Amino acid sequence: MGGPSRGGNAVLVACTYLTVLAVLVLPVLLVMVEALRAGLGAAWRSLLDPDALSAIRLTLEVTLVAVIVNTVGGVMAAWLVTKYRFRGRAALVALIELPISVSPVIAGLVWLLLFGRQGWWGDWLDRHHIQIAFATPGILLATLFVTFPYVARTLMPLMEQQGREAEEAAFLLGAGFWRTLWRVTLPDARWALLSGILLTTARAIGEFGAVSVVSGHIPGLTETMPLHIETLYNGYQTVAAFAMAALLALIAMATVLLRSFLEHDFRKASS
Amino acid sequence: MSVQIQSLTRHAPNASRKMLDDVSLSIEDGAFVALVGPSGAGKTTLLRTIAGLDGPYEGTVLVDGRTLAGRPMRERRIGFVFQNYALFRHMTVARNIAFGLDVLPRRERPDRGAIAGRVAELLELIQLPMLGDAYPDQLSGGQRQRVALARALATKPGLLLLDEPFGALDPIVRRQIRRWLRGLHDQLGLTTVLVTHDHDEALEVADRLVVMQNGRIVQEAPAEMLDTAPATPFVMEFLGEALEFSGRIVDGWFLPDDSNVLSFHVGGGVDDGLVTALLRPYETRLVAGEGRGRAIPLAGGSGGLRRLKVELGTREVEILLVTDQVGLFGRDHVALDIGRARLFRDDRALQHISLRPPEPGHGKQRHNGTVTDSV
Repeated sequence: MGGPSRGGNAVLVACTYLTVLAVLVLPVLLVMVEALRAGLGAAWRSLLDPDALSAIRLTLEVTLVAVIVNTVGGVMAAWLVTKYRFRGRAALVALIELPISVSPVIAGLVWLLLFGRQGWWGDWLDRHHIQIAFATPGILLATLFVTFPYVARTLMPLMEQQGREAEEAAFLLGAGFWRTLWRVTLPDARWALLSGILLTTARAIGEFGAVSVVSGHIPGLTETMPLHIETLYNGYQTVAAFAMAALLALIAMATVLLRSFLEHDFRKASS
Repeated sequence: MSVQIQSLTRHAPNASRKMLDDVSLSIEDGAFVALVGPSGAGKTTLLRTIAGLDGPYEGTVLVDGRTLAGRPMRERRIGFVFQNYALFRHMTVARNIAFGLDVLPRRERPDRGAIAGRVAELLELIQLPMLGDAYPDQLSGGQRQRVALARALATKPGLLLLDEPFGALDPIVRRQIRRWLRGLHDQLGLTTVLVTHDHDEALEVADRLVVMQNGRIVQEAPAEMLDTAPATPFVMEFLGEALEFSGRIVDGWFLPDDSNVLSFHVGGGVDDGLVTALLRPYETRLVAGEGRGRAIPLAGGSGGLRRLKVELGTREVEILLVTDQVGLFGRDHVALDIGRARLFRDDRALQHISLRPPEPGHGKQRHNGTVTDSV
């Protein structure tokens, strides 16, 4: 409780707040200001442009599918690596985390390499008139890859700590695999699961790199919100670009805020 | 329900070590059996194997004469209580207890009213009638233990398996709960198998003890018999503090290696040779005026027994003596009478000796033929 340390603390706290302000809050504020430069009406009208609406719809569709698929897959992956011990488990854990460490551009390139016109399976897909690269399926695949780790990663520490006993108890009381998962394991992990889903959502909405590579940037067709922002900005439509950016930022912030609120509640409930 | 286990062997995963090594055990209907032994002895593994948890094994496990494999859980009628209770944290006490009924297939499941009635009945049985709406986090350890038991009993099992159920409880609650559990066992006509590393607990609650060591059953006997006729020195030492005296048998007499320890007659039929004598510290007696040992009372003591250090010359041992007799001895010139010891050779009991009833009067000493005032 000495005087010097208290002074030092104050400086440290001030520095932290300044950094947060400059790095995290300021950009968002600037985006808002730019979006509203020509007034709220202009910003709103720019969002009602058909290409803008198409981008919003595509983003929401891809996000929805990615969240559903990755929630199911993430739960299964987390279950497998935390509740069972098997050969190659450590490698699987590393693989789950791979999308976090690999640059999204590479993730996009891989899908192009496989499904693009010059890619390995390009000829075959072309002959059967299946379009993956430069179309919605490609965007979805890229998003799936990039957002896969989040549900699994948030569940794993919790499931590890849960241990096997509650599930064994459920099994011995006559509950089968699915019922145990549905009534024992997941309800117990519900806050972590929700947190993972929200993280996945935020990441899926905002994904740029991987999607940019596979989508081909066709306005009104294969542009998601982040891609559309880039197109608008490069076309000097500043207000429209920033209006879309502001919307994206708001959605992302809402999910993150929701998550931190839930996490706060969860801590309180578990203490 | 009865349990028959024949030559059960289990290997540790990814290792050649045997967790269970050729275990055979028969548990009759209505028995209360305790599996005891140090940690790592295989008790919990054996219990989990009976329950049908964990992977493959060699040998047979029959419950009521039938194997469990392939039969649905609800037909097996086994209740299992885990060491850490394994209650479902997100469910109320009532939902926890009802779980085994809730997950029954629809045509077998009792209606809501019947389930609620059964839960109320069980809450009454575990003496927590008011706590149905509480969550496990809000309960004390002893209460959680009882809820776990009620959950296991909800589906009316015939076989109750308990894995160190009292491990995390304080001594007073432990004593209450185990007495209550024994009452429950008798009242419900259960067959109960209890795993514990606490031999006192096992002795108090079970009809029969199964002592395990290194994945094998060392001895299986009623509680009293284990103490009077332990099969190996390990069993003797596991069941309580024991003093060890090495010596040899000559002409039907045990001659100790230690000085100031009296030799004693073991009767005929024992081959001459090296043996180890083990006995409890309270089974020894001091004989005054017979040797040059020194007895020194130590601080502490309980249950009317006082601890004494006896210097035998080459080494010292600690014995327990009835408190009012401590003063009867001079501190010097005593000898130690170990006539009630059990004898072991090559790690096995010399059977006919250890079965001899532990009556007083065997501590006659040989060298001058007179019985001195042994206590």
